[in-house]
Amino acid sequence: MKITKDEVVHVAKLARLDLDEKSIDRLAGQTGKILEYVDTLNSVDTKGVLPTSHAIFLNNAFREDNVKESLDRDKALANAPEKENGNFIVPKVINS
Amino acid sequence: MNLYELTIHEASDLLRKGKISSKELTRSVLDRIDSVEKEVGAYITVAAESAMEQADDADSEISKGNITPLTGIPLGIKDLICTKGLRTTCASRVLDNFVPPYDAFVIKKLKKAGAVIVGKTNMDEFAMGSSTENSGMKVTHNPWDLSCIPGGSSGGSAAAVAADMCLGSLGSDTGGSIRQPASHCGVVGMKPTYGRVSRFGLVAFASSLDQIGPVTKDVMDCGILMNAVSGYDPEDSTSVPEDVPDYTSFCREGLSGVTVGIPVEYHKAEGLDKDVFAAVKNGISVLEDLGAVCVEVSLPRTKYAVATYYVIAPSEASSNLARYDGVKYGFRDKEKKELIDMYQSTRSKGFGPEVQRRIILGTYSLSAGYYDAYYKKATQVRTLIMEDFKNAFKTCDVILSPVAPTPAFKTGEKTQDPLTMYLSDIFTIPANLAGITGMSVPCGFSAAGLPIGMQLMGSHFNEGILLKTAYNFEQATDFHKRKAEI
Repeated sequence: MKITKDEVVHVAKLARLDLDEKSIDRLAGQTGKILEYVDTLNSVDTKGVLPTSHAIFLNNAFREDNVKESLDRDKALANAPEKENGNFIVPKVINS
Repeated sequence: MNLYELTIHEASDLLRKGKISSKELTRSVLDRIDSVEKEVGAYITVAAESAMEQADDADSEISKGNITPLTGIPLGIKDLICTKGLRTTCASRVLDNFVPPYDAFVIKKLKKAGAVIVGKTNMDEFAMGSSTENSGMKVTHNPWDLSCIPGGSSGGSAAAVAADMCLGSLGSDTGGSIRQPASHCGVVGMKPTYGRVSRFGLVAFASSLDQIGPVTKDVMDCGILMNAVSGYDPEDSTSVPEDVPDYTSFCREGLSGVTVGIPVEYHKAEGLDKDVFAAVKNGISVLEDLGAVCVEVSLPRTKYAVATYYVIAPSEASSNLARYDGVKYGFRDKEKKELIDMYQSTRSKGFGPEVQRRIILGTYSLSAGYYDAYYKKATQVRTLIMEDFKNAFKTCDVILSPVAPTPAFKTGEKTQDPLTMYLSDIFTIPANLAGITGMSVPCGFSAAGLPIGMQLMGSHFNEGILLKTAYNFEQATDFHKRKAEI
């Protein structure tokens, strides 16, 4: 197999996904098949070829560092699943 | 004739002459949605009330003599473009209850032009798919044959236009998501050059490939929407400060002197349906009769485009989708009391199977030990694919190909095999990798009566020549006049 079940579990952990046994099996099979197809890229000679991460030539888009209007606090918090006193609530990060 | 059947330019003429009101037009479209939505399933959200208010505003502007080509025109918007105060879900459970606090750049532009937003159209979750079957909300059916898929990921936008459930719509295209559904639904769709239209307020899938564009009933309408949404936006650092021409003006030019390149590789492609081949071949001869010169071109490395794409797009997606963690917006699994547990459970319950598959694929491609073999390699092949287009455009103005290898397939036919589904984007993906513009224009029907589109591709910022070619083709044919019987 191109990608093992252990590798799927490892990658899922990195991506913060919690997969059950059935999903791990399915994903190992499907992802493996896709990666085998992706391996056709190995037949392309890319020696000395520069990588492209952006298709349009652009210089850095600089701007003046001026303060502009931004979302007010209530609006920024409007979609929060849990909030209190103008803050986002998250589960406890550090256990005492 | 029912008002909902009008094109944008026809409706705008009537509005300008005072023969109809936007309220009548919008009511007609909303009634049409009411009567066919159950069968088509094009919309996630219908905003009847706010649409009627916008129509009322448009009517009062028109009465004051303030009219643009979009004033009072009812449009559908793909549900991954942020609309202030109107739920925007990306067809994902993870954003089920998300109400954007701001408008996307394109929505600001449309509102300024006086357009009416009737609702948000269905799509594959986070635009990942080619059939709209990956929607976490509902299934969309092809208006031409309800047992078939409408294409994807902008399947709701294309089906809504084909079934007269809006006069035009906006979609987004990362690997063919505007052109392929447009082809399957018998409507016009354009993916603009990367950077032509601001992505501000477009929920990101693969940032180096995503682009917003129009889906319309005819080519003139495509030009009208391109005029409205194009342009530089300082809020999107990849938006390009390039002048916006009047795209409708290209519809007044003839075809003599235009050279159309036919890629030798594409027309020998494996799995190309014979009806699609015949329709595209006929399209080539129509263009020749109109004065275009057709030449052979070669795009030898585009056969690697799908493999390249399925490294680059999931890699970018895995990074972009990290933000859905149940903290700032959207769904949270409130049962989980530990931070990491909450993240994991929220994401696993919130994302559908295709999205999870791509996150796994992308995270793997970017992970330690695999980065060079996958991600770096793919970005190098991307350079070679861009070179192919650069060389081809030395000898032609437009490249012509099929949009999809087959007409619309049956719902459920390809859901078990992701790779087969991915290969349905074989002709459209190269344009996204190269950042060039591409368009789908109706060019025929299969023996079963399903629409077929042909693809026109142009070099960076040459949308005009595509519109010119497509308009001339459309005037010489009547494929765009046939309507789905629904």
